[in-house]
Amino acid sequence: MNATVRKLIPQLITILVVVLVFGFFTINAQTNMDNRGIEFGYGFLSQEASFDVQFSLIEYDGSHSYARAYLVGLLNTLLVAFIGIIISTILGVIIGIARLSPNYLIERSAAFYVEFFRNIPLLLQIFFWYFAALRALPLPQDAEAIMGVFFLTIKGLFVPRFVWENLDVFFYSILAVIISIVVIKNYARRLQENEGKQLPVLYISLGLFIILPLLTFLIGGVSLGFEIPVIKQLSTTSFVYEGGLGIPPELIALTLALALYTATFIAECVRAGIQGISKGQKEAAASIGLTPNQVLKLVIMPQALRIIIPPTTNQYLNLTKNSSLAAAIAYPDLVLVFAGTALMQTGRAIEIVSITMLTYLSISLSISVLMNWYNKRIAITEK
Amino acid sequence: MNKLNFLKPDKENLHTYLYIGSSLFFISILDVFLGAFFQINITSFLPEFLSFIFPLIIGLIGLHLIRIEFTGIKNLDTVNKNINTNTFNAVLTLLIIFVIIKSLPPLMSWFIIDANIAGDTKEACTGTGACWTYIKIWMRRFVYGMYPNDYQWRINISFILLIALAFVGYIPSEKLKKFLTLYYVVIYPIIAFILIYYLISGGAFGLEWVETGAWGGLSLTFIVSFFCLIFCFPVGMFLALGRRSQLPTLRYISIGFIEFWRGVPLITVLFMSSVMFPMFLPEDFFMDKLVRVIIAISLFEAAYVAEVIRGGLQALPKGQYEAAKSLGMGYWKMHIFVILPQALKLVIPGIANTFLALVKDTPLIFVVGLLEIVGMLNLAKTNPKWLGFAMEGYVFAAIIFWIICYAMSKYSYNLELKYKTER
Repeated sequence: MNATVRKLIPQLITILVVVLVFGFFTINAQTNMDNRGIEFGYGFLSQEASFDVQFSLIEYDGSHSYARAYLVGLLNTLLVAFIGIIISTILGVIIGIARLSPNYLIERSAAFYVEFFRNIPLLLQIFFWYFAALRALPLPQDAEAIMGVFFLTIKGLFVPRFVWENLDVFFYSILAVIISIVVIKNYARRLQENEGKQLPVLYISLGLFIILPLLTFLIGGVSLGFEIPVIKQLSTTSFVYEGGLGIPPELIALTLALALYTATFIAECVRAGIQGISKGQKEAAASIGLTPNQVLKLVIMPQALRIIIPPTTNQYLNLTKNSSLAAAIAYPDLVLVFAGTALMQTGRAIEIVSITMLTYLSISLSISVLMNWYNKRIAITEK
Repeated sequence: MNKLNFLKPDKENLHTYLYIGSSLFFISILDVFLGAFFQINITSFLPEFLSFIFPLIIGLIGLHLIRIEFTGIKNLDTVNKNINTNTFNAVLTLLIIFVIIKSLPPLMSWFIIDANIAGDTKEACTGTGACWTYIKIWMRRFVYGMYPNDYQWRINISFILLIALAFVGYIPSEKLKKFLTLYYVVIYPIIAFILIYYLISGGAFGLEWVETGAWGGLSLTFIVSFFCLIFCFPVGMFLALGRRSQLPTLRYISIGFIEFWRGVPLITVLFMSSVMFPMFLPEDFFMDKLVRVIIAISLFEAAYVAEVIRGGLQALPKGQYEAAKSLGMGYWKMHIFVILPQALKLVIPGIANTFLALVKDTPLIFVVGLLEIVGMLNLAKTNPKWLGFAMEGYVFAAIIFWIICYAMSKYSYNLELKYKTER
């Protein structure tokens, strides 16, 4: 028996097994669906959904289609993931740096935080925040205003809403600021490379960021008002807030739990990254006369980021996937709206579960592609 | 006596600074302590805001005065070096101490002093603290689920037997040692399955049949994590080998499989196992819910285990492969006797972390209607006789999970240290 045949046989057997398994499943699915009178297809997506979702970023009610319900769920999932990633990154970086602090108490407190939140299942934490902690909040009529405008109640957090006029002018000004900052940054780099002069880019950018949008308020006719939530009595026992923006308690509990949990992992990534830079780098940088801030910004961080980013990306992916636990506390995310309610109504298990899984798969893959690109950009270019 | 410069403490008047500084520091601690434990405000003569930040200011001045380098007093130098390097650090130090002191009394009162454990009804809980009576009464349900009270000894015995059998690896006989791998990978899982099947499920040897729907609580958490742990390991190992195989079909199938499971959340996998999977089976074929869940979680975790093992395989120097090949070993011989023993040793911490994640993922099985401890808590919480004790339940479960997971992570950390020194 020669080498080619020996390589071919296991491959053929594997393909055969895979095909047989898939064929077996397909035939069974076909007979099962025939028996139940269901026809495979995605046509149901355009049908009327006729169920309501209590929290949605886009306009939606029962008369919209299943495809629209899917979009509502997807946007809610992305919202949770987005807020969670921002909070957990900020918290994680702070805790990670605190773990390296020379101050014994700070280092121990950070370690305690990490060990505490990392070793309790996320689902339990979500339940704790939602069923135990947030249920202890006051009723809408008893809530006291925080700083006069925020109301934290058992029905959620009510915050003032921005009321904009001529919002587009404001957006254009922000766009102009971003473009000019990029131009200035390039100019400053050229200036430094050619003539050795340094421009205070940070202050210029900050100044632009404040002045240009401010100008639009003064000249461009942009105005910003606040709509403060006001309590309104519906009946003797029922109160609601009108106006303002209501953030449901499910969203608060979910983001809080996700952020606190993921921050522990990000903190460990940050710590490992900074510890991974050899002491010599820091000492060498200090010895050529850089200030401690410059050492951190120009020498330590660029190197540490290379170690920190890949595992942190993984944590972002985990957070996005973990946001599907929303279904446990009835936050209308993709799993609850689509794989829960829509599946229950249509009974199309195969189509709906496969769409849901493919959605998560594409979110995961696109985040990892994005991060790989970034990783490649900041990687050491060896000459 | 030299002139005292309070802005710049020096060694000249060390003792003066030391006495003033430490007494100011202790006054600030005392102020917070009395306020937290005895509700006595010793600075009540000050305006409210000043009285609130009084300990911080006094403490800061105190710490500033004792911040003298190289005093020669060992304790003082340790304190200065660790918690008092500069003003910012001193502020943080004081804040942390204050937070700890302030949070102790309410926590102690809730957990111990004002808590109740006597009695067996809700009415026994009169204190403002936790109602541990609730946990006491529901303990059996939290541990055994809906499993009938009379048969719970069966769960206990099977767990004790399983643990005892797991320690067989410590037998000293050299002769039997070479069979240990075989024992742990093949024989032990089979014994475990038979034990669980006949002892806990029953249905033979005069034991009453208990359906899996009645299983629950902490024991179900253990059963699910135990079986998933046993099954996901070999599957993950084959996937890792497949991903590094020279044969393109095997490699691409393994990559596709691993990336698929790693890309989806566990909850959708469980949804799939409960609503989509039955559609793919023959109509008269029935598979138990628990079995479906265990298969689903095992496949899911196997993908993660595969990636960990791949890391170990990649970390081995190429020379090991070449040396094994030059001895005339085939693929399987090379992997079983040379590569895998070394690679698996390298990845023990990684695998332990994956198992830790697995244990933390088990509460998710509530989506298919199996009630392990968190699920039982949610059930108990809605019992009309015991409304309003959600906090106690979650705190109880959190403590249990924390102990399990912390012990596991410490163990894996120790293993890591152990194998680090050996190489």
